[in-house]
Amino acid sequence: MGSSSACDGTLSLDEFNASAKALVTKWRGIDVDALPDWEWRPCRKMGVPSETEGFVALEGVYRIRAGSQQIEESSDDPVPDDDVVGHDTSVQSSRDNVHLYDFHIVYSFSYKVPVLYFQGLQAGGQLLTLDEIKKDLPPHSLQLLNESKWTFITREEHPHLSRPWFTLHPCGTSDWMKLLLHKLGDKDRSLQYLPAWLSVAGQAVGLKIPLKLYCSS
Amino acid sequence: MTLLNLENPCYSCRFFADSPFYVRIVRYIPIGVLFDLLCADPERPWNLTVHFRGYPADILSPCEGEDSVKWNYNNSLKEAAFIITGNSKNVMNMSQADQLAMWESVRKGDLNSYMNISTKLKLGPFEEDFLVRTSSLGSRQGSDEPESPGSVKPCRVPVRLYVRRVQEDLEYLEDAIPVSDWESVSYINRPFEIRKEEGRRITTLEHALETLLPEFFGSKPTARAAGPEPAAATPDSAPDDSDTTPGTPRDREPASASPQEMDVAKRA
Repeated sequence: MGSSSACDGTLSLDEFNASAKALVTKWRGIDVDALPDWEWRPCRKMGVPSETEGFVALEGVYRIRAGSQQIEESSDDPVPDDDVVGHDTSVQSSRDNVHLYDFHIVYSFSYKVPVLYFQGLQAGGQLLTLDEIKKDLPPHSLQLLNESKWTFITREEHPHLSRPWFTLHPCGTSDWMKLLLHKLGDKDRSLQYLPAWLSVAGQAVGLKIPLKLYCSS
Repeated sequence: MTLLNLENPCYSCRFFADSPFYVRIVRYIPIGVLFDLLCADPERPWNLTVHFRGYPADILSPCEGEDSVKWNYNNSLKEAAFIITGNSKNVMNMSQADQLAMWESVRKGDLNSYMNISTKLKLGPFEEDFLVRTSSLGSRQGSDEPESPGSVKPCRVPVRLYVRRVQEDLEYLEDAIPVSDWESVSYINRPFEIRKEEGRRITTLEHALETLLPEFFGSKPTARAAGPEPAAATPDSAPDDSDTTPGTPRDREPASASPQEMDVAKRA
């Protein structure tokens, strides 16, 4: 059961785990400048880290609040990036204009697909509201969010962290994943699931996924 | 400065239980579930201390209003529908009037109104063989593809568990130290798949819990040859208290009756 479950756009827990670990490895290997690394976090059951369940986390993504001063890149940076700034780049704007984002990819047993959970923080540590987060998103993402019923942001209890986080509602995920993956063979489908999924989900929240992730190693 | 409206479930507050610790009341969780979870020794009335200052903005971002609670509820409903039928079409195709009426009935606790609308969603009961037959996808006009037969899947029941860990063996639940921290409550949102098994005529809540929380049930065998067991909301050997949103004797026959009831309780 679940061997070719990606044919219908879904994946099993085991496939999710495998795809997540492959994503973490590949990401680390391509040395992404502007973003930190994804990390695998095992869930804790009764205080003990689980071997079979976990999620992937990308934390500490800086975003300069829209409308603040232009950032000044160091001369070593090849491509100026207005939206996402790595922690190495020197920044002229005040601390108040920097927001910090955490992204988690968690498996949904209900929908059998990955779900993106995220939250944003102000420099002082206060959590951002949805309106404040929307201001950080690039215009095309905001439009996508407003128009598309597949990438709708809602509040849900984080399955592992006892707090409500924002999430992209997953009810349409299997439909568009079916389209994205239909040309791949069974073996590739499982491991490529998360990078493919991230190419859409990441866009919705303004996360720029490097193209190198999609090149065969 | 937020004013607390106790009728409106969306505002969070901190409260004093018997312990000197503050416990944050979390929104989106039905107040009945919170009461069961957080008051080991049921006190009536439930004494709450409401704070209007010092909002913990580093832990909880402010409530955006009743709308966000309504959407959270709608999403739970979509998720439940998806789990039961394989898609959320019945919920997404609800008329505006029905959506509003349903939310109003939840807000006011009006079960009759609620049932009037929820029965239209056709979320159960399941057939005797525990299989869900989804209707075939509508064929496009003039398509030369044969209409695909509807798929048949084992039925799944939406289950949400809030599990409170108690550190020691207790004889009486009332002796448990009240919850001091929301971190000690685990949230499990996982559907339970009903499968027809030899020797098992009906599926009980206990069986579902054993499958969903195997770490709490330890050495008990998962397959039982005997007939129906009494549904138990609290396992007698585990030192933990698990609180499911239904947890009523009606769960004795969950396969035929309770998906709807579980939904009601889960969503209410």
